[in-house]
Amino acid sequence: MLNYILRRGLMALLVALTVSFGTFALFHFATDPAQTIAGEDAPQEMVDDIREQYGFDRPVSVQYADWLGSALQGDFGQSYFWKQPVVELIKDHAKVTIVLALAALGVTILIALPLGISAALKPNSWVDRFALSTAVSAQAIPNFWLGLMLIILFSVTFPIFPVSGDATWKHYVLPALVLGASSVPAVMRLTRTGLLDVLSSDYIRTARAKGFMGYRLILQQAMRNALLPIVSVLAVQLGHKLGGSVVTESVFSMNGLGRLAVESIFNSDIPTVQSLILIFVLTFVLLTLAADLINAWLDPRIRMG
Amino acid sequence: MSTASILDIQDLSVDIPTDSSTLHAVRGISLELNRGETLGIVGESGSGKSMTALALMNLLPPAARRQASCIDFDGSDLTHATERELASKIRGQRIGMIFQEPMTSLNPVYSIGRQLKETMTLHRKVSDAEAEKRAIYLLEKVGLPDPASRLKQYPHELSGGQRQRVMIAMALMNEPELLIADEPTTALDVTIQAQILHLLRELQQEFGMSMILITHDLGVVSRAADNIAVMYAGDIVETGKTAEVLEDPRHPYTKGLLECVPGYQGGSQQRLGAIPGIVPAMTGEISGCAFASRCPRAADVCRTTNPPTKKLHEGRYFVCHEPDIPNQGRATKQSAPGKATGKTASHGAEDVLTVDHVSCTFSVRRGLFGKRKPLQALDDVSLTLKKGEVLALVGESGCGKTTLTRTIMGLQASSKGSVTLNGQRIENLPPMERARMIQPIFQDPYSSLNPRKTIGEIIAKPLVVHGIGSKHEQHQQVRKMMDLVGLPSRVFNSYPDQLSGGQRQRAAIGRALILNPEVVICDEPTSALDVSVQAQILNLLLDLRDELDLTYLFVTHNLSVVQHMADRVAVMYLGEIVECGERDQVMSNPKHPYTHALMDSALSISPGESVPDPGLSGEFPNPMNRPSGCPFHPRCPLADQQCREQAPAPELIDNTLVQCWKARAAGSQLKS
Repeated sequence: MLNYILRRGLMALLVALTVSFGTFALFHFATDPAQTIAGEDAPQEMVDDIREQYGFDRPVSVQYADWLGSALQGDFGQSYFWKQPVVELIKDHAKVTIVLALAALGVTILIALPLGISAALKPNSWVDRFALSTAVSAQAIPNFWLGLMLIILFSVTFPIFPVSGDATWKHYVLPALVLGASSVPAVMRLTRTGLLDVLSSDYIRTARAKGFMGYRLILQQAMRNALLPIVSVLAVQLGHKLGGSVVTESVFSMNGLGRLAVESIFNSDIPTVQSLILIFVLTFVLLTLAADLINAWLDPRIRMG
Repeated sequence: MSTASILDIQDLSVDIPTDSSTLHAVRGISLELNRGETLGIVGESGSGKSMTALALMNLLPPAARRQASCIDFDGSDLTHATERELASKIRGQRIGMIFQEPMTSLNPVYSIGRQLKETMTLHRKVSDAEAEKRAIYLLEKVGLPDPASRLKQYPHELSGGQRQRVMIAMALMNEPELLIADEPTTALDVTIQAQILHLLRELQQEFGMSMILITHDLGVVSRAADNIAVMYAGDIVETGKTAEVLEDPRHPYTKGLLECVPGYQGGSQQRLGAIPGIVPAMTGEISGCAFASRCPRAADVCRTTNPPTKKLHEGRYFVCHEPDIPNQGRATKQSAPGKATGKTASHGAEDVLTVDHVSCTFSVRRGLFGKRKPLQALDDVSLTLKKGEVLALVGESGCGKTTLTRTIMGLQASSKGSVTLNGQRIENLPPMERARMIQPIFQDPYSSLNPRKTIGEIIAKPLVVHGIGSKHEQHQQVRKMMDLVGLPSRVFNSYPDQLSGGQRQRAAIGRALILNPEVVICDEPTSALDVSVQAQILNLLLDLRDELDLTYLFVTHNLSVVQHMADRVAVMYLGEIVECGERDQVMSNPKHPYTHALMDSALSISPGESVPDPGLSGEFPNPMNRPSGCPFHPRCPLADQQCREQAPAPELIDNTLVQCWKARAAGSQLKS
């Protein structure tokens, strides 16, 4: 098991380094940071001065090593646009995104798993058809529209939840519903087909021949097998949500990482964008790693293989 | 229902609705099983035998519908029992069940110990420690060494034979009164099969269990069952005491089945009796006898009226119109069984294929940073194939049979030694030339034919690849070949999935022969087929050999097929040929202890005889950890110090090449 963790950890680290270097290099070649800082109409000497001052004239690899070195010590540089340390900026916005993403993940799990399981238990029944049509609708309805409808219904007509902002827990209810709903179709379908597969397997037949039935058959025999693909997909979905849910954050005017990323891009705030990319990549890599480890814990064949 | 009977089934039917009609998988069968006895249900695929087994405890697939006027299990009515009643009172508790597929029938994510214990704790108020004690006791009983440490293992850490032992132990956890074993040994090697059947018999006697043994193998059932029920197309066509049914079969299907089994009658290399056609699908309304379309005795009445059940005496029934005088001639006289096919390989014929001291080593790495380890798949293998002969290559799974055939076909480079085909080194031959001279027929006719090509295209493919003949000539040649292998010309434009298993294998044979090769490698060509179809294919292969002057390397694990087909036999163990010689020498007077054990495990049809204990200790070893000295020594009953330390060299005894220190003395020792 330790061997497995080390191996996956090393792979994750390699992926993170490759992606972050790739984006760093792309930015370096695609834009001229010195020009951006100086402003569009700045004279050439001024741009050159800035280039030298900030060290943009050095080779990309050296700049990357330099930037990564500081990043590892918690120094992500200074935002050009907001004129404050990037670390502070991210800290301020991250809390909103993390709370929202986790709440949305909870919504997804609470809706998708029971729906998928009941659909699999009675394929082609009314439960199954209800679940499938829910999935299709959830897939088809755009996030922003669902968000607006929820606002109209639960904030305007029946003012239970606030319209926008991120001050109290009440602010998070509607956005979490919207963001969570977007992952329901994928997870629900996977639960359904995965569980159906497992239920038609030989070892479930064995379990039934042993006298298992009902919830024990599902929970004590089938679920652990069916969970493997679900865990992987949930990790990816959580990654998407943590990687900034721009639309949802915008509709509900929440100051999360997604909005920060969009604003930094519009304002060519390269240090912020770069840092956000590194964080998003790391989040994804760590989540995938976590999913692998959970699956290894669930399935001895992965653990020992 | 007599007091001795434990199970009484009356009029059991299983229907499976399909899109267009209803499939009648089981059609109103009645069965009775006495306490402590074994009932063998025999039949080919599609006969409904597994459905019958699943129907007893209502474990059928969700779509299937079960009907019965009575399923009485020792006073409990299983017909009207609810799912809850079945689960809490019957399944796993009073009736245990073993399935065919040991590789997939255990839950992969839970330990063996948990799966064994839960069978008991689910039904009884026992402590974990008590359940564990019982689990260890049973694992010991079923012959798994070191049972206490096995409990922590997961299914994927065990071999197929070991998993099947665990399945058996699991079915016995609650001391069931009835054990249903659905093809319990079909997926296993012959030596393991004999071990498992032997074990089941012992356990049955010890615990006083009744048993239903479902199998397609008449050899197995002849030795393991007290009574037999022969199923065909969802109906029981004949039933009675095992010896009576097998020695005096009354139904034409039973007779036909027996005559299909190689070695049951007549000598080797003679035509087997074959049942023409395939099992019809039982859909929609059925009138008349289901076997009529394949029956050599069928008369008009058979096709229109349902056959009557005839009783010979209590417990001995068969279902047939008997259109002509009963027992007049064997059912398949028309196909002239017993006719010897042409010649056998003439001695002193030229060598077509020579395998000369071939070794093959793979280096296997476990994991990303694991160390590379050598895996010796072939170790100094030498063989010759004479023109026109059939050499059978026998051995258990993992012994290197496939690697050897791949090396011979030039698909796998050898690390040492050489393969010579018609005087030319195989690696020096251009691939096209090589392919023209040597062609394979594979085991699985379902995956070895491209599903998107028609049969005509598939058989013509080698001609197209080699650019032989014009389109028209190719067409003609394919037609001729289809005729030769017995494919009706109407399937020329059919796709593989429109053909039966036997027809597909005929197409595969046609494809292999269209280039007129010298040598054909038959890799288990009949092991995926039913016995009636196997007989057709074996007959075809022998006919073709005579007609086209072919030479076969016949890879198989089925010893009755070897007995029937082979001129000479080579026995492989862990990448070595341990014995090689004339068929009769090797099979009736084996010199190597391993050959001896193999031959002992072969179950010919002999009612009343028990399943022999092959006397091999342990399992087939992992090729990664080759034993030192003679590779067979850990399982050999004769092994001593010399065997453990030094590898024996091949020596010639009575014209048979044997690789064993004890070979000269072994014959007498093994017999005693």
